[in-house]
Amino acid sequence: MTFQEIKELIIQEFGAEVVEAENISGLQPVLTIVKDKLPQIAKFLWSNDKTYFDYLSCITAIDNLKAGIIEIIYNFYSIPYNHHFTLRVETLRGDENNHPKIPTLSEIYKTANWHEREAFDLFGIIFEGHPDLRRILLPADWEGYPLRKDYKEQEYYHGIKVAY
Amino acid sequence: MPTDRIQYIYHKDNLQKSEPTRTKPEDLKTEEMIINLGPQHPSTHGVLRLEVITDGEFVREVIPHMGYLHRCFEKHAENLPYNQIIPFVDRMDYLASMNSEHVYVMGLEKMLGIENTLPKRIEYIRVLVAELNRLASHFVAIGTYGIDIGAFTPFLWLMRDREHIQRLLEWVCGARMLYNYIWVGGLFYDLPVGFEDRCADFIKYLKPKMKELEALVINNKIFIQRTANIGILPLDLAINYGCSGPMLRASGLKYDLRKVDAYSVYPELDFDIPVGKGDMGTVGDCWDRNYVRVLECYESIKIIEQCLVQLTGTHKRTREFDPQAMVPKKIRPKAMDFYVRGETPKGELGFYFRSTGNTDIPYRCKGRSPCFVNLSVINELSKNTMLADLIAIIGSIDVVMGEVDR
Repeated sequence: MTFQEIKELIIQEFGAEVVEAENISGLQPVLTIVKDKLPQIAKFLWSNDKTYFDYLSCITAIDNLKAGIIEIIYNFYSIPYNHHFTLRVETLRGDENNHPKIPTLSEIYKTANWHEREAFDLFGIIFEGHPDLRRILLPADWEGYPLRKDYKEQEYYHGIKVAY
Repeated sequence: MPTDRIQYIYHKDNLQKSEPTRTKPEDLKTEEMIINLGPQHPSTHGVLRLEVITDGEFVREVIPHMGYLHRCFEKHAENLPYNQIIPFVDRMDYLASMNSEHVYVMGLEKMLGIENTLPKRIEYIRVLVAELNRLASHFVAIGTYGIDIGAFTPFLWLMRDREHIQRLLEWVCGARMLYNYIWVGGLFYDLPVGFEDRCADFIKYLKPKMKELEALVINNKIFIQRTANIGILPLDLAINYGCSGPMLRASGLKYDLRKVDAYSVYPELDFDIPVGKGDMGTVGDCWDRNYVRVLECYESIKIIEQCLVQLTGTHKRTREFDPQAMVPKKIRPKAMDFYVRGETPKGELGFYFRSTGNTDIPYRCKGRSPCFVNLSVINELSKNTMLADLIAIIGSIDVVMGEVDR
């Protein structure tokens, strides 16, 4: 299936309003969808006979400081059909007390569990419904989210000077 | 107040705060206890801590804690030009640097639109060194797996054979493990004069050694009893957890990105994809995972032989050949997002790039490492097994922590 066919399929099932934007200019076309519908759409893509996206390759979070949003990009792959599909959701960056929130996919793809924990660790995105959302690479009491573009590292960590 | 003279304020609360166990002692049932395995463990190349909940000899739950090696690959990548990231890519999976480099460079070449314009000799050299490195990586995996089970000889034998590969690769680019050899649009150098002959000699030497190894460890009765029917990973679970590489193939799926994506000159080469068949136990057990790696070594040898034929025949070295001729002065892809993936010895290595188009520094470069994803299945594999089997299971996953932590 081509990108357009998959898009048509999603629109047929969920209506045209779930698609926020699409970008077909690059090497890999990307479909931006409404973030609240993400688990339903992923489940649909996973279980539908025509698409059967059984493999979630990668979850990438990107901090878009200029636009004031955080983007999350999901690379789906279907092993039997050899299809690729890229979904994208965006959310406001939020602040210390008001983290961006995205529904989790770990119910459908177990692999999303660790990918989402990593995104939480490095970007501070709360994945709603995640069974075990803890930091994964950094210590639990580390301050801030290092891959945000405006990240300032803390001065001392347990008495260790962080910036050298 | 911390001053510059005090390096670390030791306090037991600090330790508890920074690396807490997920399970509290009061959550445990009677007879259960928490055992911390690691931070260092011989079956992992690097630092890993496993929080194991045990009930006597039985493992009830395994919670991996990592991040001890965190070297900030992604943060570094946001501050460096594309070509200067290549040495950092080497350090992700330091046992298979060439493979990682190959995938990374391939992605950039696709973004620049020069992937099909490179001379065939460059592509064959890339595949040759990548497959040599795949052999070396599998040797470490198989050899150290022997140690986990309690056999020391295969480790020594395989380290001896791996040393030959490392000498060869050192001859190629001057470094033993971290090569920075494959460049965007070319190579650092051509192969040294005489390399093809010595590599052919090495292959001739290696073939009988592989047979010896198989007799020593793979068909060994004790080894089979320790690994067969242990840590069974069903195929649907493996796919759902995003496992790749030998992990996935041992579960019975013929899925290799070298064939599926057919990148570089792999479609011109003749090789098979070994899969786990459950010869000694069940499909997808520890024995299968190890055996798939052994079979892959044979396939790599096949590929190397074919590359050598090409490199000494149709695409042989000429005076005019310059491996750096196509290397762009400035690597500046158009504004785009791109996900590239390739097959490293551990599985699917992917990079997600975002380029803004007006600088040669990536806006974002995410590494999707196979070990990170493969390790996430460990809790599922080791539930209700024996503690000694847990070691066999960790070893069979073949994790390199440099890649898990990045």
